[in-house]
Amino acid sequence: MMVRSLALALILSAGGAAHAADKPAVEAKNGWVRVLPGNLPAGGYLTFENRSDRALSIVGADSPQYGNAMIHRSSTDGGMGRMEMVDSVPLPAKGTLAFAPGGYHVMLMQPKQAVKPGEKITVTFTLSDGEKVPATLLARPANASGPTD
Amino acid sequence: MTPSIFRRALMVLLAAAAVASLAACQREAQPEWRLNDVSGHLPDLDFKLTDDNAKPVTGADYKGKVAVMYFGYTHCPDVCPLTLTQLHVILDRLGPAADNVRILFVSVDPARDTPAVMHAYVNAFDKRAVGLVGSQAAVEALAKRYRSAFTREPDRGDGNYEVSHSSAIYFFDANGKARLLATPSASQDDIVHDLHLLTSLETRS
Repeated sequence: MMVRSLALALILSAGGAAHAADKPAVEAKNGWVRVLPGNLPAGGYLTFENRSDRALSIVGADSPQYGNAMIHRSSTDGGMGRMEMVDSVPLPAKGTLAFAPGGYHVMLMQPKQAVKPGEKITVTFTLSDGEKVPATLLARPANASGPTD
Repeated sequence: MTPSIFRRALMVLLAAAAVASLAACQREAQPEWRLNDVSGHLPDLDFKLTDDNAKPVTGADYKGKVAVMYFGYTHCPDVCPLTLTQLHVILDRLGPAADNVRILFVSVDPARDTPAVMHAYVNAFDKRAVGLVGSQAAVEALAKRYRSAFTREPDRGDGNYEVSHSSAIYFFDANGKARLLATPSASQDDIVHDLHLLTSLETRS
């Protein structure tokens, strides 16, 4: 807790001064979460846009509404559906990265309270340069295909 | 209408009629499947499992319905929901014929998937979906019967684990005969097309 608030203060003082007037280098948009019944883990999806000319990566995720958040990648290579945890997902310079069903996603585990469709989930992603990217993900029903119908 | 336009219109009509009669003819003989035809290559729908209402069921209980079988587990937050969502969208597109289809979602995670957990899970996707659970041995036997496979991955250290599993979707006709096989990346148009054909086949009494 202490470490986190210190880190936050550092980011605010360092980043705040330099970029206060600018748009952040990395922005998250079109975020949504597929809410599953009970305490089942939920997949979160969104698009990252890197406006800077530096290649970055997404190295972590955290949500105050879930006990644990991890970055995963699903694949169905060779007809086998499997999921693996990933440490880092490349975000190209002047490019975008999509977390989408069947590929990269943030796996949100142990919801602190039951999440209902329509609610907003806050997830903070950590970049390889230490910067944080705040994201708001819309809770959607289990059988939704995207952030909107 | 000038003669040339009239002639062209007539030709279009004739061509359309020819295609229609050809389609009708083929439909009676051999359906023009778009998915992989596995007729005669995989065994009939047969199992002894427990459904999501905790009722013992066998393959015969789904006679009269086209069965769409898929192996998965509820702690699978990405690929299984994606496939079940796609099947839900497909059944909605199918219209009234979807009443004659059941999605059979077979759990490959007997340790965590109880009928109650499965009930909440499958109903969150589609009311025509049935969750099936069984002992490790029963599910393994079923997977083997359809040349499917699943493996429990090592514990992540917090009691959580993933289960890697075959992602194939199996289609059985209303007589319980294995007819088609699809991957989750198959086009929705193709699945809708083949389900229309499959639900229009006559059920043998």
